Amino acid sequence: METGSFLHQFIQQLINGISLGSIYALIALGYTMIYGIIKLINFAHGDIYMLGAYFGFVATTMFGFSFIPALVFAMAAAALTGIIIERVAYRPMRKAPRIAILITAIGVSFFLEYGMILIATPQPRTFPAVFEATVYNIAGLVINSQQLVILFSALVLMTALTYIVNKTKVGKAMRAVSFDTDAARLMGIDIDRIISMTFALGSALAAAAGVLVGVYYNSIDPLMGMLPGMKAFVAAVLGGIGIIPGAMLGGLIMGVVEAMVSGFFSSTFRDAAAFGILILILLYRPAGLLGKNIREKV
Amino acid sequence: MLKIDNMDVYYGAIHAIKGISIQVPQGEIVTLVGSNGAGKSTTLQTISGLLKPKNGTILFEDQHIEGLAAHKIVSMGLCQVPEGRRVFANMTVLENLELGAYLRSDKDEIARDLEDVFKKFPRLLERKNQLSGTLSGGEQQMLAMGRALMSKPRLLLLDEPSMGLAPLLVKEIFNIIQEINESGTTVLLVEQNANMALSIADKAYVLETGRIALAGTAKELASSEAVRKAYLGG
Repeated sequence: METGSFLHQFIQQLINGISLGSIYALIALGYTMIYGIIKLINFAHGDIYMLGAYFGFVATTMFGFSFIPALVFAMAAAALTGIIIERVAYRPMRKAPRIAILITAIGVSFFLEYGMILIATPQPRTFPAVFEATVYNIAGLVINSQQLVILFSALVLMTALTYIVNKTKVGKAMRAVSFDTDAARLMGIDIDRIISMTFALGSALAAAAGVLVGVYYNSIDPLMGMLPGMKAFVAAVLGGIGIIPGAMLGGLIMGVVEAMVSGFFSSTFRDAAAFGILILILLYRPAGLLGKNIREKV
Repeated sequence: MLKIDNMDVYYGAIHAIKGISIQVPQGEIVTLVGSNGAGKSTTLQTISGLLKPKNGTILFEDQHIEGLAAHKIVSMGLCQVPEGRRVFANMTVLENLELGAYLRSDKDEIARDLEDVFKKFPRLLERKNQLSGTLSGGEQQMLAMGRALMSKPRLLLLDEPSMGLAPLLVKEIFNIIQEINESGTTVLLVEQNANMALSIADKAYVLETGRIALAGTAKELASSEAVRKAYLGG
């Protein structure tokens, strides 16, 4: 491959990777926030992303919503679902051993997946085209309007999240609870309420990712959350689980690596690359890129 | 103001507090002294709602607070400065203080109280935008106290404020505790440094393996032979 076409291919895959990566980042944020606050790897999180896609589907096909109202509807509905799941499945287990709540999360995941199959059948659905797909050709690089919408939406949502977490009272309370739960309780913070809020926010972001993917690939199905959910989990671990900017960074890296592997080698190695990253990070930097390696306190 | 009656607390399987009764009258400094593992922190954590008592009652201003959620207790006007400061190290000094006022919405008064805290602890003002994890131990203690004061407590619980601090700093912290008390806040102070605690307290309880071994005015206990031998180094 000559240099010119290599560079061209590289930039093209970078563009594809960043838009895919922002999807992973949106899902990874929920993993990392929920882990940060109750130390739970919420294995059902990928299925919230799937639910979000279906909520978006219902909003566009049944209610005839356009893109933004459908996105907002899906986010709100998923936020509510997240709150209910936490309330019903996880809260009663708050004092149970960590492994019990982890298994509960896997159960919730199956419940959502096969519940959706029961309701919507396992057949993939075609996500309606909510706006005209325009393909831009800039200096031989192909960028389509869906990629721009994904990038722009992800950017807006992540900016909003950063603002909420850093500047608002609820956000500060979230950081306090994730740093030291008992100290937060002594400040008068209602832990249960903050945990609910965290599930709501994380679920809303996952739902946004679901709608964006629906718009991008036009196809959704009840098991669509399994693989992206796992990959977003890897992204969260890559950035440093519990660290919000880490999830964003990890998501982007995952997306770019996948795109590069598909572009330069073969897309069959794409998933292997994603989980290869997990193995490497666990071997060499278990706290993640932005995490500090802290020794276990004795 | 605070009345604990016949309280039993289990810490896991351990019977940590065995039927203690403590009274903290309004406006006073009451101290709970005793050696490591006597149950002092357990007592404070139970008052604050982090632990639930097995038996007994805790009355705060004549209302039952035993078993209430911690955040409800804070909203009633009782705040604890936990052992080991427990500042939010990942947040700035100012953010820590703002979290102290988490339950309040009176913006103007919060701003005024923030100024008061900075007046009391000028070093916190200098380090206002610094991450609190970078503060020294003494500064973190001041921050933890300032943070608790931001909730405007009528009863302040302090758990080992002198822990790990140099003698000069301990003196400074205890002076501030007295100041806080003089401005109308009742104080329940838990200390291993019994000498210092008895020097500023009105009343004192000596806790031994989960039981009240002795109780009296701080003066009586400071001059009692038994207390001097066991806790004051002769």
